[in-house]
Amino acid sequence: MKRNKTWAWIVFAIGASYFLLPLLATIKFSLEIRKAGWTLDAYTNVFADPRFQQTFGYSLLVGLCTVVVGLLIVVPAAYYVRLRAPQLRPIIEFVTLLPLIVPAIVLVFGYIRLYNSSSLLPLTNSNLGTATLLTFAYVALGLPYMYRAVDTGLRTIDVQTLTEAATIMGANQVQVITQVIFPNIIVAVLSGAFLTLAIVIGEFTIASLLNQQVFGVYMQNVGANRAYEPAALSIISFILTWGAMGMIAFLGRFAPKTAPRT
Amino acid sequence: MAEPFLKIDKISKTFKDNQVVKGVDLAFNKGEFVSLLGPSGCGKTTILRMIAGFEAPTTGAIVVDGKDITALPPNQRKIGMVFQAYALFPNMNVADNIAFGLRIANAPRAERDARVEEMLKLIGLPGYGKRFPFELSGGQQQRVALARALAPRPRMLLLDEPLSALDAKIRVSLREEIRAIQRELAITTVFVTHDQEEALSISDRIVVMNAGKVEQVGTPREVYERPANRFVASFIGLSNFIAGRDEGGGTFLSRAGELLKYEPDRIRGPVEALVIRPEMIELGAAPAGSQCNELAGSIDTVTYLGPLTDLELLLDSGEKIHIHRSNRTPGYVEQFRRGERLVVHWPPSASLPV
Repeated sequence: MKRNKTWAWIVFAIGASYFLLPLLATIKFSLEIRKAGWTLDAYTNVFADPRFQQTFGYSLLVGLCTVVVGLLIVVPAAYYVRLRAPQLRPIIEFVTLLPLIVPAIVLVFGYIRLYNSSSLLPLTNSNLGTATLLTFAYVALGLPYMYRAVDTGLRTIDVQTLTEAATIMGANQVQVITQVIFPNIIVAVLSGAFLTLAIVIGEFTIASLLNQQVFGVYMQNVGANRAYEPAALSIISFILTWGAMGMIAFLGRFAPKTAPRT
Repeated sequence: MAEPFLKIDKISKTFKDNQVVKGVDLAFNKGEFVSLLGPSGCGKTTILRMIAGFEAPTTGAIVVDGKDITALPPNQRKIGMVFQAYALFPNMNVADNIAFGLRIANAPRAERDARVEEMLKLIGLPGYGKRFPFELSGGQQQRVALARALAPRPRMLLLDEPLSALDAKIRVSLREEIRAIQRELAITTVFVTHDQEEALSISDRIVVMNAGKVEQVGTPREVYERPANRFVASFIGLSNFIAGRDEGGGTFLSRAGELLKYEPDRIRGPVEALVIRPEMIELGAAPAGSQCNELAGSIDTVTYLGPLTDLELLLDSGEKIHIHRSNRTPGYVEQFRRGERLVVHWPPSASLPV
């Protein structure tokens, strides 16, 4: 018994150090910008850079738009598949997995071919058009996470009976989704949203090829030209991502509790 | 007779190639409490779901108050419904659940609040408005579900096995409560159940269904005391069947060769057997000069059931019949021994030809 526990701790320690050592090394390195002693200068430099604020703000905006567009597509789709067309579920699940199979670089080249300046829908001609294209690309990237999160949420409630109960009391389909279904899966929806946000904030490939000045592109830029600031940036983005994860766990506590069945 | 409030006109429903409702005609009067009773898969729930609008009939029509609603979507039918699984909205408290229908109908806030208070009082849960469904017991949740269904003043109430998920004690008290509320509001109610005792105790009329067809429609007394056929007799209550051949003129020849009497005006179709309810059989030989039927056999099992003693009698014909006698005298059950010979009798009026 005791021996088993010791071994378990050893395995845990090895696993933990695999993740923690690079992180600690990066933190240490980010603090060593001056030869003498540790300082937060690298962080101050990053925060003082106007391009940091610009690109981060832009990424956040694109992220929020991605979440909104993604939810508008995914929530009704997952709901109807559960309610009306359960036989389509395997197909829908496969489709939502495609962004994981198709590399981002392939996706973005496809977009550029489809929407370039000489195409029928020349989105890349204007800044707004390109930003829209970027948002839609991110919606596709976030699809696997968003769909799974929403579908898991739907699994915890009796979608059919709740829908029927609301319908017989006069609610139309929009009211059923917005007033009954959505509030009951809000936590699952938020976890999908935060995951998507975390992905968007760190994304580089698509934004770079669409020539959009997002946070990921800025990080790469700084990384190519500076020594200590990139380490500080990775720690910042790491904290942001974990902040998003923490929010998911925190919001879980406010989940509407399902009634016990007797 | 006045035009029925709800008319179901030759409806059928086919799922893929399985016909679950086969040309059913029903008429419900205003304010009436009607149960659809039958074994699972008999089509009763499908009929209820067609009245609600969740399923469209393959053929036939549903008419409410003189208007054909067959093609009307469920959210425009103004019907209240209570589900077996309660189906309260988990994200809303009790008051918001009850007010849901009124909020959808854009009723002003003051009216909604007043109605919620009124409904909470009606279901005996005043002061529960701020609670959430998960904080309530099953019986309380189902009462809230009833209040939610009634709050928008529907023209009809549909109950889809609302008591099946509850335990026995609460089932009985809640069914009495549902019936009292239904009487008070005089709302036309269709109640689906597979529990014959529930249907007998709560209904104005019972529709007995089997395999997608209506077997009998009648008051609880009619379906119990005058079952239309063998299925109804066996599904409702405990029945003794005596097989044999009809001799005409109110006489029936059992397989063992006994001539048994029944009242000929009770005949509702071809007679294949006599049904005798266990509580109608008296112990001892038929009184001299009476028309009573008499049979003999030996006691097979004696079961003490609290208010009753159940005797299973193995007849000389090889058939078994149950006899229920009241346990009013202390120690009544003790006098019976397995294997003991027993003669029993019953009046012709207690023989039900089916």
